[in-house]
Amino acid sequence: MGQITLQGVQKSFGPVHIIKGADLDIADGSFVVFVGPSGCGKTTLLRLIAGLEDVSGGNILIDGKNVVDTPPAKRGLSMVFQSYALYPHMSVRGNIGFGLKMAGLPKDEINRKVEAAAATLNLTPYLDRKPRELSGGQRQRVAIGRAIVREPKAFLFDEPLSNLDAALRVQMRIEVTRLQKQLGTTAIYVTHDQVEAMTMADKIVVLNGGKIEQYGSPLELYERPANLFVAGFIGSPKMNFVTGELAKQQGAATIGVRPEHLKIERDGAGGWQGTIAVAEHLGSDTFLYVDAGQLGMLTARYIGELSLHAGDRVSLLPDPARIHRFDEAGNALRG
Amino acid sequence: MATRQTQFLARSLLTPAVGLLFIWMIVPLALTIYFSTLHYSLLDPGSESFVGLENFRYFLTDPAFLASLQNTLVLVGSVLALTILLGIPLALLMDQPVIGRNFVRLMVIAPFFVMPTVSALVWKNLLMHPVSGLFAWLASLFGLTPIDWFNDVPLLAVILIVTWQWLPFATLILLTALQSLDEEQKEAAEMDGASAVSTFIYITLPHLARPITVVILIETIFLLTVFAEIFVTTGGGPGLQTTNIAFLIYSQALIQFDVGSASAGGLVAVVIANVVAFFLVRIVGRNLEA
Repeated sequence: MGQITLQGVQKSFGPVHIIKGADLDIADGSFVVFVGPSGCGKTTLLRLIAGLEDVSGGNILIDGKNVVDTPPAKRGLSMVFQSYALYPHMSVRGNIGFGLKMAGLPKDEINRKVEAAAATLNLTPYLDRKPRELSGGQRQRVAIGRAIVREPKAFLFDEPLSNLDAALRVQMRIEVTRLQKQLGTTAIYVTHDQVEAMTMADKIVVLNGGKIEQYGSPLELYERPANLFVAGFIGSPKMNFVTGELAKQQGAATIGVRPEHLKIERDGAGGWQGTIAVAEHLGSDTFLYVDAGQLGMLTARYIGELSLHAGDRVSLLPDPARIHRFDEAGNALRG
Repeated sequence: MATRQTQFLARSLLTPAVGLLFIWMIVPLALTIYFSTLHYSLLDPGSESFVGLENFRYFLTDPAFLASLQNTLVLVGSVLALTILLGIPLALLMDQPVIGRNFVRLMVIAPFFVMPTVSALVWKNLLMHPVSGLFAWLASLFGLTPIDWFNDVPLLAVILIVTWQWLPFATLILLTALQSLDEEQKEAAEMDGASAVSTFIYITLPHLARPITVVILIETIFLLTVFAEIFVTTGGGPGLQTTNIAFLIYSQALIQFDVGSASAGGLVAVVIANVVAFFLVRIVGRNLEA
């Protein structure tokens, strides 16, 4: 079991409020990603759940039990750190087994569990190596091995893939997701990369300035962002925002349209007209950055190749069903 | 691009310095070797004559030699043990965030900057003096008989003085090492359920292995040649109780005025230092391999 509930969790360092009251319900077995720009408090929130920081207010419940006064080791969670934090003088075997050794398990049981974990992560040939003799991806797997061997109620990941190169990151992303599904253990994963968040999560928590902006499934966040921040943060390239007269016609202060929901017409008469400033041809996609005069710069995405180039005139037709409307305060208007 | 030229330039620019250092080293060494084969007494000028290895036989069979060798090893070993055993807890304490931490650090480091003769005098006259010393006063405060340090336990007294001088060095090296310990490693150990003691044994101590090696190697070099503290406090006595090799060589040359024998002793000391260094590197040097 690994159901985690936050009730009005607050954290301040001196006069600085980092977490301004977080309420959250994380279901057993789900993969939840905390995402947000740097300094939004996502790592702090994770450390509060881990017990590496003390809360300034509120409750953290694990399986219904308040753990705010419980030391980290007793919470039954395990953590994968950004720097991996492997013990440099211990072998891979020693690293993975350290938690079990501290728990006072007999030697043969430790060995059995360590070897099982190593087999899951394809680390068996490296068991007697030191961390410095491993590659980045292998170190990452050792760190994960250290987390899974203790059979925790939940895994906590603190930007674990940010030190890997792009190709390895995609591969590890898939491995972590598959492992989590296979074990069925609750996971909380912190990242600043919204692609990681969208691809890995069952549910995403978008944090900004110490507040939870929205909590929902990836597609929910994509299709129905609760406010301007979430709308701008989720999705790549960013959503286009238009204010002023055009927005007022729709009864909103700001309207937003995703680049993929703009229909591109050559020399069209209707819609939003502009000149292409930059055209990016990726083969699979074409991104157009269009200078639309008073509307500002707009981004449009076309799936496939479109032979348009810088300087061409285009008109962009927003899909009326997929226009997001926001009020003065930046909150989404529905209906 | 111009590797050959830069190599040539580097070598030709280095040559004067290296050459000077070489002369600086080789001339005294050659002279010492030369003197060690002479009958050369300052009390009997003009009588220099070649005696072969006679000086070495004289120095090595002198009962004072074995006594001073033992004193040297006891002194080096005790000071090493004390500075490390006291330095680790001190460094751990100084690593804690407390008010006035910088001031405390400055105070702890201060003894290192006091020159050996001065600190020996301070210990001799202000602290360990059997009549007017602080320790004597403290002892009488509790109704105890003051210890006459330099007569009753002279070697221990010297060890304490030298330890006091070298403790800051050990503490400082260990403290900087502690500060370079990755915070996330300690947190990982905390998540793994390690207590403070286990974290110290399994995480901190292995991390300190290398700086401890550095402390042992550097301190040994200097502790083999402790002289000023002995000269100022006990003068090698009573008897031979605080005479180490360095002091024995000094007494051969400048108390007995026997330059030949002192030169032989100097060469013996070089050999001893190398033997000690060899074993040290064998025992602790593997910690230095990256």
